[in-house]
Amino acid sequence: MKRNGIFSKLFLVLVFAFLYAPILVLIAFSFNASQSSSVWGGFSLQWYVELFQDSYVLEALQTTLLVSLLSAAIATAAGTAAAIGFANMKRRARTVCMTVNNIPLTNADIITGVSMMLLFVLALGALNGLFGGLGLRLRLGFGTLLIAHITFNIPYVILSVMPKLRQLDPNIFEAAQDLGATGWYAFRKVILPEILPGVLNGALIAFTMSIDDFVISYFTAGSGANTLSMVVYSMVRRRISPEINALSTLMFVVVIALMVVINVRQSRQDRRIQAAIRAERRADPRP
Amino acid sequence: MSKELIRLSDCFMKFDDDVILDHINLYINDKEFLTLLGPSGCGKTTTLRIIGGFQKPTSGDVFFDGVRINDVPPHKRKVNTVFQKYALFSHMNIFENVAFGLRINKVPVPDPSDPKRTRYVKVPEEEIKRRVDEALALVNLSGYGRRSVNSLSGGQQQRVAIARAIVNRPQVLLLDEPLGALDLKLRKDMQIELKRIQQQVGITFIYVTHDQEEALTMSDTVVVMNEGKIQQIGTPEDIYNEPKNAFVADFIGESNIIDGVMHEDRVVGMYGKKFPCLDGGFAPNEPVDVVIRPEDIDIVPEEQGQLTGTVTEVTFKGMHYDIIVDFRGFKWLIQTTDFSPVGARIGVKIDPDGFHIMKKSAYSGMFGDYSSYSSEYDELNEDRLEAEDGDEE
Repeated sequence: MKRNGIFSKLFLVLVFAFLYAPILVLIAFSFNASQSSSVWGGFSLQWYVELFQDSYVLEALQTTLLVSLLSAAIATAAGTAAAIGFANMKRRARTVCMTVNNIPLTNADIITGVSMMLLFVLALGALNGLFGGLGLRLRLGFGTLLIAHITFNIPYVILSVMPKLRQLDPNIFEAAQDLGATGWYAFRKVILPEILPGVLNGALIAFTMSIDDFVISYFTAGSGANTLSMVVYSMVRRRISPEINALSTLMFVVVIALMVVINVRQSRQDRRIQAAIRAERRADPRP
Repeated sequence: MSKELIRLSDCFMKFDDDVILDHINLYINDKEFLTLLGPSGCGKTTTLRIIGGFQKPTSGDVFFDGVRINDVPPHKRKVNTVFQKYALFSHMNIFENVAFGLRINKVPVPDPSDPKRTRYVKVPEEEIKRRVDEALALVNLSGYGRRSVNSLSGGQQQRVAIARAIVNRPQVLLLDEPLGALDLKLRKDMQIELKRIQQQVGITFIYVTHDQEEALTMSDTVVVMNEGKIQQIGTPEDIYNEPKNAFVADFIGESNIIDGVMHEDRVVGMYGKKFPCLDGGFAPNEPVDVVIRPEDIDIVPEEQGQLTGTVTEVTFKGMHYDIIVDFRGFKWLIQTTDFSPVGARIGVKIDPDGFHIMKKSAYSGMFGDYSSYSSEYDELNEDRLEAEDGDEE
């Protein structure tokens, strides 16, 4: 087969250029001294400084971190428990559950967002109707935002923990019980450590997804809470400010960093498994 | 010595609508090496899991040392299990794997303030170390404590699993096809090793396998199972020499099983002829199954034979030839060191102790005819088995 070395390389460069040029422009302009988004006015960190003096942004940062950490933690616990339940089902039931689990992942965010908003409004309306006499006035806000994030994070955790559970020796839980462990002790000392890499990866993915999300947050937070991505959006609508560039750059860097951590962890695990398999192959089969 | 330790009384087990165990009655003596032998799906593993406490029988009782233990959870039973795929804890090193049970178990000590009461304390660290080292030495793995599970070969992992179970000094060790994943040579070594370990620690072993040779080599008692029922219980010699029905005769070793009639005590008829044998106790002219082991048949010149037939297939097996001989449409397997060419007319002679007579059973007519025997078929089978083994790695 003939190889068009120069053309294939050029093509690759073009693809990456299209992918990353907008982000590079964004990052470049976040350091622009000029207010304009088309003229380079020299290097400056002024937008970053302004960003960190903007109480509106700082408040949103706090909300984002709180929602991301809380939802990641709760979704990790719930998702791990669910994955263990799935793994112990019969094949048929498990397949059904995994399919149901995967549908929200492929579902458009806007549909998830709108449907959750509808559900929350309905539920809050009912609660307010029931307990209105007691002075209860529930509205969309941090609570609903958190519930929404937990909900869309759980499938990612399940997806990340499941393979680890499937790799487990089918008798490992029984082996621990057989040696005198109660169910809970066996889970803590054997099952959890064995699947921990999957659990931690799930937590990281959930955290990243949470920081990253705009659409679902936009519909479920109401006017009660703002996340960073919502701040970016509202900034664009109010006034074009280079602060947006700085904020977006920071968010991009954080998410990229997390993705790198996740990928490095994953490939290190894979390598470790490969190395273990190689070691076993090399080892003399006779004792 | 032979004190009864475990008793399964009328154990019945149903899973969905499948009967897994069909009213099993079995007792197991202290310090005995007992093997549950049968093809896959015969209920042998379920029986083991009932003793281990991982499954409850649908009906029937399990007794341990005279106490009913149906509702005792696995972690409170004085039995330990070696699982088929070892089920080692890969996040711990070898030492911690073996120490796992010791770290959980609390031992009773007299309370210093009140001698009448006992307190339960953790096993002290130095005792854990001593006992783990002892257990590792028992399975020839001294000095492996700091190694990781994944750096060990299959055979070594198997030994760790045995050490991890035995270190808790159980009264009974349950072994669920522990050698199934090992290659043939290693499996033979481990059979001898297991027998040595059992004699050294002096506890009851209950061993599950589908490999008849393994069962005969190691066991004091063999329990042959099929379709959720116990077919026969006996010593390896009993099972081989005096099979109770066609299933047992066919499953343990090779057998020619021929329709016959017991004319009177010590005279069996088949092919319209009478043969002297050593069995008795049947009704006059009772129809029976006649078992003749392939190695108990002598080939003689045609005119001297009790029966005559035609050689249809010869396979060289190393120590002997497998010869298939057609006796009026029913094909026998004969194992002999003498070569006979295909197509030869030969006679056979069977000594009276070469016959084993069985009552007719549900399995009559299902086994013991070598018409479908083919060496090619054997090879195909082995290839398939190897492919399966490969998949598991």
